[in-house]
Amino acid sequence: MTVSAVRVLIVDDHRLFRSGVRAELGDSVEVIGEAEDVDSAVKAIAELQPDVVLLDVHMPGGGGQEVLRRVLGSGSPVRFLALSVSDAAEDVIGVIRGGARGYVTKTISGRELTDAIRRVAEGDAVFSPRLAGFVLDAFASSEAPPIDPELDSLTQREREVLRLIARGYAYKEIAKELFISVKTVETHVSSVLRKLQLSNRHELSRWATARRLV
Amino acid sequence: MIRDAAPATSEETASPRLMRPVEGRLFAGVAQGAATQLGLDPVVLRLAFVLLTVLDGIGAVAYAALWMFTPRELYEGREPARDWSQLAAYGAIGLALLALGWLTGASSGGIGAWPIAVGGIGSLILWQQADPDRRQRWMSTTVGQVRQNRVRTFVGLGLVVVGAIGFLAATNELGNARPGIMFTLVVVGGVGLIAAPWLAAMWKELQKERRERIRQEERAEFAAHVHDSVLHTLTLIQRNAHDSREVMRLARSQERELRNWLYQPKQDADASVAAAVRRVAAEEEDAHGVPIEVVCVGDCPLTPELSAMMQAARQAMVNAAKYSGSPVVSVYAEAEPEEVTVFVRDRGVGFDMKDVPEDRMGIRQSIIGRMERHGGSARVRTEPGEGTEVMLTMKLEKV
Repeated sequence: MTVSAVRVLIVDDHRLFRSGVRAELGDSVEVIGEAEDVDSAVKAIAELQPDVVLLDVHMPGGGGQEVLRRVLGSGSPVRFLALSVSDAAEDVIGVIRGGARGYVTKTISGRELTDAIRRVAEGDAVFSPRLAGFVLDAFASSEAPPIDPELDSLTQREREVLRLIARGYAYKEIAKELFISVKTVETHVSSVLRKLQLSNRHELSRWATARRLV
Repeated sequence: MIRDAAPATSEETASPRLMRPVEGRLFAGVAQGAATQLGLDPVVLRLAFVLLTVLDGIGAVAYAALWMFTPRELYEGREPARDWSQLAAYGAIGLALLALGWLTGASSGGIGAWPIAVGGIGSLILWQQADPDRRQRWMSTTVGQVRQNRVRTFVGLGLVVVGAIGFLAATNELGNARPGIMFTLVVVGGVGLIAAPWLAAMWKELQKERRERIRQEERAEFAAHVHDSVLHTLTLIQRNAHDSREVMRLARSQERELRNWLYQPKQDADASVAAAVRRVAAEEEDAHGVPIEVVCVGDCPLTPELSAMMQAARQAMVNAAKYSGSPVVSVYAEAEPEEVTVFVRDRGVGFDMKDVPEDRMGIRQSIIGRMERHGGSARVRTEPGEGTEVMLTMKLEKV
């Protein structure tokens, strides 16, 4: 591809991790800066205007959610991909509802991460198997009737796509499996992302909290 | 668009405490401070103090009490000098009033009112010195409790009062007892007012100490856990630094353990499907050193059929970890109301089902055969070079 490289800002409080990601990312992605906490991240985003921000969920000063709140609150068009070691559903659902366009775990390979960054830069959503599992779980636990049927439940097709993601399928494999185009897969995932962000289903947050209960 | 869940931080606006300012003071700064607090002109208060002192000495007592109990405002630099002329003016006014009272015989000098006045003023000062939030909490809890038992309290009080009056009336001593009762009431009230803020403060201290102790215990438990698990593993990793596979295994296993401890609800692996899948995956990951990523959706109790399914899933994981050559194995388990499905997928070499010899126990017996014996089904999808996916399905019996 001869498209210009995606300009990426890495936000993580671990220096070792930042340099690791920098080294792993492919040529189609250009790391234009790093930030190590909420304040420096907000500042760097305003100054550098990156295409995609790789955002750590856990950081001093409010974490990724705070960065999302401050940057997206000011109407910035920057896109965020959340990157975390966290398995806590409330963190994951929290950053997605805060406006991140995807969530991947830090164990992701460099190639997959590059791919995910490109996809987020193009405006698509990126779901890791784990996020897909969380979403299925969150939308499945529905005893109460949905308030807004369009937003509060997943279509059969969206469910199928999420299931395949949870099973470890790549988008290309999903497209092949369901006899649809990769673009359609992306459309479905984006639609799920929209529902996840806009749905007022109180179960979503309640479910995330309940998961945390030990 | 985006839901904003940030809680608004409520800034507590505490009323300023009574202080004795240095600037603008005439004597000790009491009147000046009290005037600022009450929003009055200090002149008014100063005149009031003078007048009360002249009338029956109460002004001086109040002034002294306030002086004692009011903290001095911090002032940096050289203290400004008092305006002695003004002080002299107030003194003159006081003397004049005193002379007037003495000449006309109007001053009462009611020494009997002193104890009550002193007590009252003292209580008020102590009350004022307590923190506003403490006071408010004290008020709210007491009032709340009283409200809860309002009927009982009123009935009880009424009975006591009626009983006492009845007794006194019967013995014809109602008239004599009246001043005594009044005095007792005043004293009890005063003592209550004085003691309440201190009691509240003590209670708060106690609570704080308790919280601190709980926090310390949690900390100790946390430290113990980190020591037993993470530090131990880090030591092992240093010792096995030459063996990358072992290092990987140790790191994965420790990561899993820590995650479970931090995020997963405590589940009994013998009781629930999700917990059982996670445990099986963890065991096989440890045994073979290949990461097994588990995603679980929903959960349900483990029946004998589902236990058999777990064994089939274990065999599928073993195959994937041992033979496929895939760097990672994905496991997806979903528990729905009607059925439980488990997918075990690798991106390894794959194989051709036709080429698998009849006597190979792994797939035919341990996976497909076992599932069918227990009323479920298993499908294996694989092609050379395409990886393998084992799909297990078990219908749940409707209860």
